[in-house]
Amino acid sequence: MMGLQIVVLWSDLLVWLLLITGVAVGVLIARTPLLLAAWRRVGRSRAGMASATVLLVFLIVGLLDSLHYRPALPGAPGDKTQYSIEVLSLLDALAGPLRTENEKTYSAPLATRLYAKETVERPGVGTLREFPRLKFGGAHLGDNEAAANADIAGRAAGGAALGLLFWLALAAASAAAVGGWRKLVRGETVFAWNAVLLTLLVLCLTLGPLFALAGHYHVFGTDKVGQDVLYQILKSVRTALIIGLVTTLVMLPMAVLLGIVAGYFRGWIDDLIQYVYTVLNSIPGVLLIAAAVLMMQVVIDTHPQWFATAAERADLRLLALCFILGITSWTGLCRLLRGETLKLRELEYIQAAQAFGVSSGRIILRHILPNVMHIVIIALVMDFSGLVLAEAVLSYVGIGVDPTMTSFGTMINNARMELGREPVVWWSLIAAFVAMFVLVLAANLFADAVRDAFDPRAA
Amino acid sequence: MLAFLLRRLLYAIPILIGVNLITFALFFVVNTPDDMARMQLGIKRVTPEAIAQWKAERGYDKPLFINGAAPGLATLTDTIFFEKSARLFVGDFGRAEDGRDIAREIGARMGPSLAIALPTFLLGLFVTISLALTLAFFRATAFDVWGVVLCVAAMSISGLFYIIGGQYLFAKVFRLVPISGYGDGLDAWRFLVLPVAIGVVAGIGASARWYRTIFLEEVSKDYVRTARAKGLNETVVFFRHILRNALIPILTGVVVVIPTLFMGSLLTESFFGIPGLGSYTIDAIQAQDFAVVRSMVFIGSVLYIVGLILTDISYTLVDPRIRFS
Repeated sequence: MMGLQIVVLWSDLLVWLLLITGVAVGVLIARTPLLLAAWRRVGRSRAGMASATVLLVFLIVGLLDSLHYRPALPGAPGDKTQYSIEVLSLLDALAGPLRTENEKTYSAPLATRLYAKETVERPGVGTLREFPRLKFGGAHLGDNEAAANADIAGRAAGGAALGLLFWLALAAASAAAVGGWRKLVRGETVFAWNAVLLTLLVLCLTLGPLFALAGHYHVFGTDKVGQDVLYQILKSVRTALIIGLVTTLVMLPMAVLLGIVAGYFRGWIDDLIQYVYTVLNSIPGVLLIAAAVLMMQVVIDTHPQWFATAAERADLRLLALCFILGITSWTGLCRLLRGETLKLRELEYIQAAQAFGVSSGRIILRHILPNVMHIVIIALVMDFSGLVLAEAVLSYVGIGVDPTMTSFGTMINNARMELGREPVVWWSLIAAFVAMFVLVLAANLFADAVRDAFDPRAA
Repeated sequence: MLAFLLRRLLYAIPILIGVNLITFALFFVVNTPDDMARMQLGIKRVTPEAIAQWKAERGYDKPLFINGAAPGLATLTDTIFFEKSARLFVGDFGRAEDGRDIAREIGARMGPSLAIALPTFLLGLFVTISLALTLAFFRATAFDVWGVVLCVAAMSISGLFYIIGGQYLFAKVFRLVPISGYGDGLDAWRFLVLPVAIGVVAGIGASARWYRTIFLEEVSKDYVRTARAKGLNETVVFFRHILRNALIPILTGVVVVIPTLFMGSLLTESFFGIPGLGSYTIDAIQAQDFAVVRSMVFIGSVLYIVGLILTDISYTLVDPRIRFS
């Protein structure tokens, strides 16, 4: 029996902590009528619900990739079990062949042969220069390579049909749940389920063929070292999500606490906090990040004994990056909250609370914090897409995630020279850009829906 | 006015001192000069003598703040803090790893940076404001809705894609302009067209959407209703009243970035091989040249603070309601 050793990386812990916090906040919102009403408005927005569906798919991929373990190495029975140095995740286990079936070098999407000519020995014929067959891509076809196109079309159609079937089941279930097809199609439901189902249809019709083909072909091709590009895309999702979510987690307490305290107490506290954020703000963002990352790199390089595996080191570097991004990006939200608190503290109900002798801490917690929550939520969702885009740029500059960690940034960085190659290798770059575009677009649309629902000025 | 300016300038001093302290803490306290020496020398050549020599060559062998061994005032001046951090205030940036004078290098590279950043900024401002005005003019029509959708899509595309895609398409496939490089004098325009165009296009999405909301906010104000009630036609209302008033928040909002244009653009310059400050910074980051990064952080902060002061001045100039207080 294969044993395994569970590995909990720090970022995993934070991801699951974040999920639990999210659920807890959800419960809290369900009890607060005002916030619940705002989220209902998000639920009624078609663009909001459609983008939320896409985000959910990304989130599931990210969560699957956040359960790590080290598989046991095969050894003689009776020996003490040795565990592999490689840290795998549940996603790796599910995507099995994608991870292990590596070719020699570049191969185009859905190809059966390599992208570069090689000299091969043919018994009886001699040496030839030809495009060698792939080890795995289309290997099930055997010698019958001509059937590849028909095989691909057949599998894609089969996948699409399965996807459609799955979608029909989902649609039927939701129609039953909301009370009839007519209501569903016309959108006469509390939430915009028709938008969700339409998004799901698109997703099923694209992901179905993708899954059906992924086991037998490299759907998005392979990169320089022969690794499947689709697998790299899947792995990048987690990195992007962590950068987008954990960073806001880092910056949130600082921004909320300092912003409200500055606005509420004014005087020298306000001066001090304003001074701190003006100083941080005046250092150009990229340079501050660069300086901090360079320093962090020195610390990591001079303390190799801290990390048992390469994955742990890359993980800590990712978290440090989130931390640095958080430190450099809290100033905007802090300033907004300070301004809002300055306005709120002059309102009658706060003055009444003060007249009753309610303590400052209690006023902040009970009366101010809930009334600036909409700003916090809007800032949270708005920042996400910016951070995902920033990761790619930072990785290009060389101050992003660890080079061994797969992310959209490292993918683009590795692939950008390939456009200068003859013949051109375009698939890694395009795949990374498209995946990032879908994620960021969904996040932006969701952020818009949230802003429209929460902003009292827009309502 | 003079008193106001003076006060703003005085307020800049503690901020610059704060920036200086933060960079000093980042570069010398979090990591000792020994760590930096090990980084620069590489694993193979690390011996205590090599580290000591590396530090002595660059003046990192002194105490951080207080040099007890030195006589008189030199207790304070013969230290790393004074030599490396405080000297930044008088424009003495020291030398880069390759031994070149950083201040001279910065002076030489400012021109190419501005040659890209300034046209990009001005052209971008013109294009996005025109686009936003058009969207606001056709507000709540299909044109507006699709325009906003396109803006959101455009701002969801990575900036790297605009650069890589544009460079591939126009320089490699169509061969309209050179892929990268820079020329002297007027000859430089061939190298500048593409980066400027890409810079403008990449910025359209986010800015146009933002300016559109500013225009729409202005559209719903009372004076606009009055103007319409007077019988003015929509074109006059838009160009004489709304455009002028909406330009106040837009222009005062962009004043802050004008000084930082000197810093150049990190990505554009390094992709197009333009010898400006942006590519200088990237090279320094990738070569882990701490002295250069430190200098750029300092210059960037100075320029940002200048931008803040300019913003304050521009507010008071365009809006008489804001007194010099």
